[in-house]
Amino acid sequence: MNTPKSPIIPQAATTATAPDENRRMVVSSSPHVAALDSTRGIMLDVLIALLPALVVSVFFYGFRSLVLTLITVAACIAFEWLYRRILKKPNSTGDLSAAVTGVLLAFNLPASTPYWVPVVGAAFSIIIAKQLYGGIGKNFINPALAGRAFVMFCFPAYVSTWTPAFEWLPLGGNVDAVTSATPLASMKDGLLPSASAFEMFLGKTGGCLGETCALVLLLGGAYLVLRRVISVRIPLIYLGTVALVTFVFPLGGAARVDWMLANLLSGGLMLGAIFMATDYTTSPVTPRGQVLFAIGCGLLTVFIRYFGSYAEGVSFSILIMNVCVWLFDKVGKPARYGERRAKNGGK
Amino acid sequence: MIMPNTFRGGVHPESHKRDSKDRPLETLPPPPELVLPLSMHIGAPCEPTVMAGDRVLVGSLIANSSAPISAPIHSPVSGRVAAIEPRPHPNGGLVQSIVITNDGLDKPDPLIDTRGSVESLTPKDIIEIARNAGVVGLGGAAFPAAAKIQSGIGKTDTLIINCAECEPYITSGYRAMIENTDEILGGVRLLAKALEPKITVMALEANKLDVAERFRERIGDDKSIEVKVLKTKYPQGGEKQLVRAVTGRKVPPGQLPSAVGCTVFNPETAAAIYRAAMTGAPLLTRGVTVAGSAISNPKNLLVRIGTPLRYLISAVGGFKADPYKLILGGPMMGSALSSLDAPVIKSTNALLAFAEGEDRFDPNPTCIHCGKCLKVCPMNLMPLYINMYYTHHLDDELKTTNVSDCIECGSCAYVCPGRLHLTQVCRAAKAHLQDLARKEAQGK
Repeated sequence: MNTPKSPIIPQAATTATAPDENRRMVVSSSPHVAALDSTRGIMLDVLIALLPALVVSVFFYGFRSLVLTLITVAACIAFEWLYRRILKKPNSTGDLSAAVTGVLLAFNLPASTPYWVPVVGAAFSIIIAKQLYGGIGKNFINPALAGRAFVMFCFPAYVSTWTPAFEWLPLGGNVDAVTSATPLASMKDGLLPSASAFEMFLGKTGGCLGETCALVLLLGGAYLVLRRVISVRIPLIYLGTVALVTFVFPLGGAARVDWMLANLLSGGLMLGAIFMATDYTTSPVTPRGQVLFAIGCGLLTVFIRYFGSYAEGVSFSILIMNVCVWLFDKVGKPARYGERRAKNGGK
Repeated sequence: MIMPNTFRGGVHPESHKRDSKDRPLETLPPPPELVLPLSMHIGAPCEPTVMAGDRVLVGSLIANSSAPISAPIHSPVSGRVAAIEPRPHPNGGLVQSIVITNDGLDKPDPLIDTRGSVESLTPKDIIEIARNAGVVGLGGAAFPAAAKIQSGIGKTDTLIINCAECEPYITSGYRAMIENTDEILGGVRLLAKALEPKITVMALEANKLDVAERFRERIGDDKSIEVKVLKTKYPQGGEKQLVRAVTGRKVPPGQLPSAVGCTVFNPETAAAIYRAAMTGAPLLTRGVTVAGSAISNPKNLLVRIGTPLRYLISAVGGFKADPYKLILGGPMMGSALSSLDAPVIKSTNALLAFAEGEDRFDPNPTCIHCGKCLKVCPMNLMPLYINMYYTHHLDDELKTTNVSDCIECGSCAYVCPGRLHLTQVCRAAKAHLQDLARKEAQGK
């Protein structure tokens, strides 16, 4: 049996000899049983939840989305393996968190992105944003969003051309992307998008390859909630905040409900609210902290969409809120059991 | 007000109770040699009242203490005191123990007087009976019953009988509730007589509806005793959780249930007090579940206190597989044993043997900040932050975590997908803070 690495935690398992039987009994601290949950199982559930969105993406933009996703996933796993190998740390690719980062990073890129771009993004995601801070559980910003922001700043030309739906892209060579205006681009000018709310719900618009179809993203979210991987708290409050603010303050004289729906269904909001803002490591654990975090994400998203120079605000709003997680966990600390007796413990 | 019937947090471990729940308590013949540690209860250890070579009878007083919180020890067999020497204790280490050689005659001590009726007993009598009979909490904590009654007098409006038995595998309490229902209820009435509560609640989990039915049948029209079925969830039998589930009240930090008008007793403890009151017999036996994946034939045994654990294993037909881990008590809170040399003590409710590790040990435990530990913690703690502060020596932050409230139920470590040793860390953090406080006190 391996010895736990931390020198300060008392040894988790020691062996002692049963004198008569000469058998070595394992002696360790209670509890002696464990639930079946594992990090790998959780990540597998997230991958399963993301799968329908990938299928839809192939349907809209062709097999190039699939190849792009596979390359990103492979790059993420490879960088994680390599980094930990070079630094002689235990291999952690088996927990599948690098694979999830890969899928999410790919989902945040347009289908027309050259294949080498996500590889650079993956390197930033895995090495800079995740492993330099100690790997899973220690990074303070969402690795996939960090990688996306990195390629957006470094290679804006490659990651801001959007293919209209059903324009299947060639697999190889340079893609002369037919740029289509995304719903968000027209909304920036205070105009309702040309696509109807129903078309946007199904994802029949231009956009990043995994973000457009709200239907399958909601299905994936429902699966994660049913499997108890995530709670509805963060997605619901995030979406609710965006809905409320856009309903109360519509731009350009658009009808309130149409404007609100357009905001909810456009850009990366569904993907962000369901899959990115709920990332364990970079979201608060306390219920109250989660509420504040989600409200913050919602307000910042609308703020950037309305006043920022970028059309989309989801990824930056989540990244900004990510760095406040530690604070939210402190603020949201649950009340001490039995302390407010005057209020709760009456007879 | 609608009572909650449960508490916030908790987990649902596989119960494994089916393995042994239909095995009636089987009386285990006393072994040739018994070992009685002088400390097998919370409170002051006893001093021997016998010497090596003395003859003892069944029920003879062999050790006592004058401390207010302690419980005398009696000889469970007739025979001779072979030695008074350090012997392995189930909680680890060597503890001064009285070793008795059994003469096999089971001759009762004539000093034990049979009363036969409990009608005329006063609260004072009941406390004295519980004290003299060496009765302690038989649910596992082993707090002296007399001291508990004493501390509950005048402060109890709800007497709760903790029939939850929420630990997996253990069914010795369930068997006692099925087989000794009348003794339990007799004891409950005695406790009610001493504590004078407004209501007595028999609180059990929804997985023991047959017991609830049985209790209701025997209670009949008595309005002073209520049977309450709670949600099946671990740790439903934790004192603070039980008080919350039954009354909706929260016991304040660092205080006992009596702070909110509750006193909690285990049903077997009640039965032991009743037996002592009726027959004068001190606490000499107890029910022990022997189960687990390495046990060929899981059983419930009625065992003389002091019986070496090895003897229990042979009574159930030995191991069917090489044991990997031996556990005294339940798998969530029990302690792992290094050998079978220790004896059954007053608080031993189960002996489990696992053929392989069921704690899914991971050599590289990694926190992924999922928050599951926080969700299941019945005491509103944040185990992941306790773990972080403790492992990084952040003592000032550690002091803000209320880790002293931790009841060590094991829910956090049970549920952790990163397989962190959270309960162990909480335990270590509690000890560390106590150490710091002691050092600070000395420094001044």
